[in-house]
Amino acid sequence: MSIHNSALPALLAKHRPSVLGAWLKRLLEGGLVQGGKVKESELSENATRFLDAVLIGLKTGNMTELQTPEWTPARQVLEALSRSWAVNGFTPAETATFVFSLKEPLFNLLRDELLRTPELLIAEIWATTQLVDRLGLISIEAFVKNREEVIKRQQQELLELSTPVVKLWEGILALPVIGTLDSERTQTVMENLLQSIVDTGAEIAIIDITGVPTVDTLVAQHLIKTVSAARLMGADCIISGIRPQIAQTIVHLGLDLDVVSKATMADAFALALRRTGKSVRSNGATNEDKR
Amino acid sequence: METIPILRVQDCLLVSIQVDMHDRLAAALQDDLTNKIVETHARGVMIDISALEIVDSFMGRMLNNIAAAARLLDAVTVVVGMRPAVAITLVELGLTMTGVRTALNVDRGLALIRRLIDDSGAPFGDRQA
Repeated sequence: MSIHNSALPALLAKHRPSVLGAWLKRLLEGGLVQGGKVKESELSENATRFLDAVLIGLKTGNMTELQTPEWTPARQVLEALSRSWAVNGFTPAETATFVFSLKEPLFNLLRDELLRTPELLIAEIWATTQLVDRLGLISIEAFVKNREEVIKRQQQELLELSTPVVKLWEGILALPVIGTLDSERTQTVMENLLQSIVDTGAEIAIIDITGVPTVDTLVAQHLIKTVSAARLMGADCIISGIRPQIAQTIVHLGLDLDVVSKATMADAFALALRRTGKSVRSNGATNEDKR
Repeated sequence: METIPILRVQDCLLVSIQVDMHDRLAAALQDDLTNKIVETHARGVMIDISALEIVDSFMGRMLNNIAAAARLLDAVTVVVGMRPAVAITLVELGLTMTGVRTALNVDRGLALIRRLIDDSGAPFGDRQA
């Protein structure tokens, strides 16, 4: 049930200071200020700005459709608030409480003014509830959107962090893969590896998968792709760090990796040195002598 | 009609592809190359594609064909200078070009051809499997 000419805008405009006061009181009781997360002055400033923005929106009498230009100021205030609260570590509940605690002062106002017309009072309360709920949803949405942006950014940073290409020796590169190889990471890994091959002129690349928790058909396919791409650039690949469990999985899945593999990075490095015509030998001195 | 020059370096043939290939040019190159291998008794063919930014399936197949034909004439084929982006594209297309040897640059390519020729030049009994 909706009313076209709600009494709320006029009432709120008339009693703005008392509503704001009651609302601030509720907000302060909410424990946000006591928790030290936000200053009282900041909270009251935000509350004032929001209430004024709501009044602008209410002037049109439109209380159901909040995506219209008249409601833009209110939406902007809410979104900005949610964003800064999300960054400062507020919980979604705390963010939503900001808007929802406006209900009590508004209901009290309506009750005081419309006491003699219960039917009208109920209709007004219903319209007000809907309005406040919608505003609450806007703030939650902005809050969640901000969180998602943070997660996405962190994912991106993780992606860049976790694909280093290490030069082990002249002409030998190592690529320690840590975490699961999905399509996107494979792309990054491949690009990094190929660029490093060009930059260093490496002939052999060791892909170490000690840090890969599981190898399924998809991961294997991504590995094969990386190896093939490196081969097209004229570099041979050695896969190292295949754990016994993973070796069994690969056999069970019937995968043919078709590439030289070694159990440990050390073995792979030894093979790489041999292939590039180098060798490591002991000079007879022990650790004891060096001390 | 434009043609792609084939240079002879000792017993190798060097081809540098700098323009986009189309059917007729590719066919002409295959013709010229096979003739030249027979003519000069070349043992190795090096194809430089460092100037190419786009290598499609057609190009991939052409390189494969050249390598196969050269192998029949007892010459090894090495493709050199592939760019990283091209390598990734070819792998995504499923063209891993298993029949063709590859090297990072011309220098490495020559060394690889030398090694391959030396290996295959060994007497029958000593030949590595």
